[in-house]
Formats: sequence, structure tokens, C-alpha cells
Amino acid sequence: MANTASTEAAGAAGAHDEGAGRRDFLFLAGGAFGAFAAGASAWPLLDSLNPAKDTLAASTTEVDLSPIEQGQAITVKWRGSPVFIRRRTAKEVAEAKAVKPDDLPDPQSDEQRFGSGAREQWLVVVGVCTHLGCIPLGQKDTDNKGEFGGWFCPCHGSHYDISGRIRKGPAPRNLPVPPYTITAENKLIIGKEQPKDGPGGTTA
Amino acid sequence: MPIVSMVEHSLYYPVPRNLNYMWNFGSLAGLSLIIMIVTGIVLSMHYTPHTDYAFDSVERIMRDVNYGWLIRYVHMNGGSMFFIVVYLHVFRGLYYGSFKSPRELLWWLGVIILFLMMATAFMGYVLPWGQMSFWAAKVITSMVGAVPLVGESLMELLWGGFTVDNPTLNRFYSLHYLLPFVIFGVVILHIWALHTVKANNPLGIDMKGPQDSVDFHPYYTVKDLFGTGVFLLVFAAFVFYAPNYLGHPDNYIQADPLKTPPHIVPEWYFLPFYTILRSFTDDWWLFQILLGWWGMEAKLAGVLAMAGAVAVLFILPWLDTSRVRSAKFRPLYRVFFWLFVIDCLILGWIGAQPAEQPWTAIGQWATLWYFAYFLVMLPLISRIERPRPLPHSISQSVLGGGGGAAVAAAASPMEKSR
Repeated sequence: MANTASTEAAGAAGAHDEGAGRRDFLFLAGGAFGAFAAGASAWPLLDSLNPAKDTLAASTTEVDLSPIEQGQAITVKWRGSPVFIRRRTAKEVAEAKAVKPDDLPDPQSDEQRFGSGAREQWLVVVGVCTHLGCIPLGQKDTDNKGEFGGWFCPCHGSHYDISGRIRKGPAPRNLPVPPYTITAENKLIIGKEQPKDGPGGTTA
Repeated sequence: MPIVSMVEHSLYYPVPRNLNYMWNFGSLAGLSLIIMIVTGIVLSMHYTPHTDYAFDSVERIMRDVNYGWLIRYVHMNGGSMFFIVVYLHVFRGLYYGSFKSPRELLWWLGVIILFLMMATAFMGYVLPWGQMSFWAAKVITSMVGAVPLVGESLMELLWGGFTVDNPTLNRFYSLHYLLPFVIFGVVILHIWALHTVKANNPLGIDMKGPQDSVDFHPYYTVKDLFGTGVFLLVFAAFVFYAPNYLGHPDNYIQADPLKTPPHIVPEWYFLPFYTILRSFTDDWWLFQILLGWWGMEAKLAGVLAMAGAVAVLFILPWLDTSRVRSAKFRPLYRVFFWLFVIDCLILGWIGAQPAEQPWTAIGQWATLWYFAYFLVMLPLISRIERPRPLPHSISQSVLGGGGGAAVAAAASPMEKSR
């Protein structure tokens, strides 16, 4: 910056004889340097607003699945948002698999979402309505589960089915499935990706 | 748009053509204020003003927040850089008589800014809640206790409790955020006053016509830009190579209200005032002669003297009554000015020493000289000094002083038209 400024000053003083070209060049070079410096100074300030390292480090949540009975649902917090975990009954899984994806607003099969085998009984979705961010009802037996027996968002009336897929209402997408891993010890790690045909815990 | 006309007015207003590099420090102070406000706003997004979390939140900024270390180091050293340029700006004003008529209002606004800066810097230093933060807060707020009769109650009002604690931290945080914007407002008034009376110059004589001035833009924008480059180099050297050089290691220990560090020192920019505060002891002869005999406590005298050390700048236009502004033409004033600068450096040096002999005695003599300079020497010098003759005009002085052929060629037609 000092160099630019001093050469600019020299350019202004010595511009009597030398052509305007030299002055233009100095002006543009100085301006470009200044713009670069401004951008380089602004970047750390903006980047500091991104998630900090400790925030990123706290981005997985571990849950012990063994106490959860069939038909039971729990809610855990992952990255500050609720994650719905439901151990679905065989009937519920069958119901979810029976729906043709092509008929849905956001076509996705239950297998694409939760896999198959031992894994398919575990429903793991981010419990944030894809419309405008409310928490849908349906985790408790007494909740209004909507017209498709899954979840119902009370804010603007979006209905989700037992696979967490949007069926009716203003929400555009299915409840998102976070990356998760189910270990052979029946432990769920939300925030860590696993192939869809992974162990999936016990089936008992 | 008033803002456009304001900017246009600032760029194309006449400035004396003979300003030297000492006139860079005003714009550098403005730049420092902006750097402090921008980094401060971002830091406040990551900081927690609570005694249980403040220290850890600052450490989190240093370790976890993206570029947090950089932003905090810029803010931390930025305080020092701000004071460096402002002190140079003030001494420039003293040397070239920038406080004299018709610039008194401009000067007073500057002194207000200096007071606000000191308050802001002090409260900002408390926020990291380290040992130095806490004990600085304790010592400085305890000065209020020197006020007769109501001192105790005032202190509790200031603290929001019975010592420096969470309520104190909270209000300091609030005010540390508020005051920079107050400073910004007074800076606008300061610049407004400057544009009304126009800049002083190294000769201290008035501009008599267009031949004495150049437009602010591009001549001084470019000169200021060069100064900015040098300033940023020094600033960056501190931030990247010695970020903690001006600080104290003790401030990386979390505040402990039950344990005072063995040697507490304020930041460097408060050291001269700290010496003045500490100089007033019960057994100092000057204190006994002037104040002690009618019952004033040494503690109160020290606090008043410290505040008075800055406040005396307010009455400077009446203390220095010489009609000649620039020290260039004041042989006697010039000598005493430099003695005063040395005195301020001694005060600063003593402030960093422990409160023991011989430091205390040296500090007391330096304190005496500080006030004697303003209250005795300046009025006296103004009376007895015989200033050297002033040049006829700025342009004449520039030409006579070997201003160069290009300048002479540019200036002479205007000289004729006068």
C-alpha cells in the first residue's frame, strides 16, 4: 500500500510532461491493489462468522438404541436441531414401503431413505418442517399425526407419512435424513455416514 | 444528497500547501477508530459478558473462531496504535500552536475525544476478565472512593455491588460498545470545526489566498494514503510478529478477586497518568504545602491531579497567550516544549516501575514539572519570549525555502494576480 501511494504521488507531481497513460496506469494499479487489500481484509471478518472449530467438533451425537421398544419414538438434539428416532413396527415399515415413490411430491422410496434389512426399522430424520422450520407433531402417542399417520406440522399444516415424507401441505421436501451410522453394539451415531446396508443393530 | 455534498466539500476544500508529515495523524486516528469499530463489532458477536464465561469466550475466539486470533490481535494492538497516533496528533498541536485562536473549539472537541478514548480503552481492557483486567478495574474504580462523603456510595453505584463483579463487567461491556459511536459523533464535530477554521500549518500563519493552498484531493489524500501505508506496516508488524509485546502475561490468567498480581501496571498509554496518580503521597512536600495543610487526603489529590493532567489541555488557549502559533518562530517555547516531551517520557517510564525509591522521587519531580510547564512556564514564556519574525505568507516561505522549479512555476502566476 505504501509503495502504491508513493508512486501515485510521484505520478501526480511528474505528470506535466509524461502522458496521461502513465497516470492512468498508476491510478488503475493503485485502485486494483486497494480493492484487493479491502477484500483481503474483509475475508477474515466474514469468515469468523462461519461455524467455529468447536462448533464443528460438536457435530456428531451418539444415542444408545437398546432401550427403545418397537413403536416407540425419541427426540435427540443434533447440531442444535431435533432429530426424530422411531423404531418402527413391521406393519409401519410395510406401510411405508407400499407407497409408490412416483406418486409423491418429493419422490423417494423408504429404502432409499433408511436402507433395508435390520436397518429399515430405524427411522432417523431431522425433525424440522421443510416449509419454514417448525417442529412437526407426532413423536408422542397423543399428538396429532396428520392424515398419513406420521407427523403433522401445526404451523402451516404439512402432513408427513411414517417414512417422514411430505404427503400434503405447503412443505416442499421430505424430512431430511441426516448422515448416521448404526453400530453392531446398537449405538446410533448421528453425523457419520454409513452404507445403507450397514449392521443396523439388533432385530430383537 | 447532503452526504454527497459533505464528501465533496471534504475533498475539495483548501488546505495549506506546506503541511508536513505530522499532519498525517488526524486521518490515521480516524482510520484507527474505524478499524476498532469494525473489529469490535465482529468480536462482540463471539464474546460473552459474564464473569464465568468472559475469559473462556476470549480464549475460544483465539483458538476456535475462524481468524479469531487475527481479529482480536488487531483490536488489541489497534488500541495501542490508536493512542500512538492520537498522542502524536496532540503533540503536533502543541508544537505548532494548533490550539490557538481561532481553533479553540476544534481543540476542545479533540480533548473530549481523548477523554472518551481513555474511558473506552479502560473499559475494553476489563472485558477479557484476566487478572490485569480485573485489578485495573478495581484500582481505577476505587479512585471514585476518594470523593469526600459520598465516595463509598458512588463506588457501589459504579460497581453495581460491593466490588468489581458481574454487574460491573456487564455495564462496562455496554459502555465499551456505546462510547466508540459517541467518539465517532464527536469526530464528525471535530472535522466540521476543522473545515470551518481550516487546518493550521507548520508556519502557523493564516492562508491569505489561493496561492497558499491546494485542494485536499488529490494532494493530501495521496499524502495521507502514503502515511496510511507506513502506519499499516507498523501495525501489521505488531499484530503478526509481536502481538503480545504491549500487553501483560498476567492477563492470560483468569481474574481472581482474591489474589492481586505482585506487580500491576496499566497499559503503556496510561503510564504517565498512573505516575501522576501515584506521586501524591502523604509525605510529598509539594502535597503538604499545597493541599495537605487544609485537610485534603493524598488519595483525592492524586485522583484530581490525574484527571487534571488531561483537563489542563482545556485551558491551554488561555495559558499560552503568545500570538505566534508555530514553535518554529518561538526559540524559548521550543526548548520548553521538548523538555515537556522528555518529561512525559519520564512519567511514562516511572509508571512502569514499582512504587519504590528512587522511582517515586523521580516521578514526583516529573509530575511537578508537568504541571509547572502548563501553569507557570507557558504563561511566563508567552510574556518574556521575543519570537522570530514571521514570513509574509505561506507561498512566499515555500518559494524562498527552495520549493523547487515546478512549484515555483505553478505558484508565480497566482502570486502576480494577487
